[in-house]
Amino acid sequence: MDNNAEGTFFLTGKDFSRAGTASGSLKKVLENMGLPSNVIRRASIAAFEAEMNAIIYAVAGIMHYYVTPEMIRVVLQDMGQGIANIELAMTEGFTTAPDYIREMGFGSGMGLPNIKKNVDKLTISSVAGEGTTLEFLINLDKTGEGGPE
Amino acid sequence: MTLREIITILSAEILSPKDLDVIVEMAYCADLMSNVLSYSVPNALLITNLTNAQVIRTADVADMEAIVFCRGKRPDPDTIALAARKAIPLLVTSLSMFDTCGRLYEKGLRSDAVSGK
Repeated sequence: MDNNAEGTFFLTGKDFSRAGTASGSLKKVLENMGLPSNVIRRASIAAFEAEMNAIIYAVAGIMHYYVTPEMIRVVLQDMGQGIANIELAMTEGFTTAPDYIREMGFGSGMGLPNIKKNVDKLTISSVAGEGTTLEFLINLDKTGEGGPE
Repeated sequence: MTLREIITILSAEILSPKDLDVIVEMAYCADLMSNVLSYSVPNALLITNLTNAQVIRTADVADMEAIVFCRGKRPDPDTIALAARKAIPLLVTSLSMFDTCGRLYEKGLRSDAVSGK
């Protein structure tokens, strides 16, 4: 099995009927590459949370993924409202989501903390009113056992 | 506990067919999908009141084994089809969430917090 892969998904803001399809496809790619199941779960959860954020808060976004024998790297760039205070957004329970998002089971202020919990490195940069770029890395070199939890 | 046993305990209807001898070792109950993504363990049974497509996608990325919808709530046909594509069995019970959890607990199903693995 080839252990390199790369791809791109396009995300449309507020398109909840498709929300989660990009991370679902990424999960398939990782499964086909034969990666350990706990690594796949961590990457899929982080990608899903990031995808939901883009769909909830942005107009549009792009998710790129790169897989090498050493790591999984996912970069999610969106055009949207951005994050005014990243430190505050990293606090469990902090949310700016409207009620209809919460009725779908999201927007409870767990997304960014949960991404951080599942990845080895998380970088977020954002300009309020323009958009957010979120990047995470998951190391594969130690067969992915353990993790940062 | 097998899916077959769970169906009996909950008098549940199965919407998305799959092998009923699948073994579920633990359960997680939530209407907040963010909590499922944060705290659940793989291969657990997800018990919820929500029936939208995001529940299926959440269950998929979090490696949930099957989903029980409480109070007789049914997802729409597109959501059922999505679960079939992801090979996630869907059950519907008329019981409330409290009774669903209570009956399964009584028969020995646990969360990871109690039973470990």
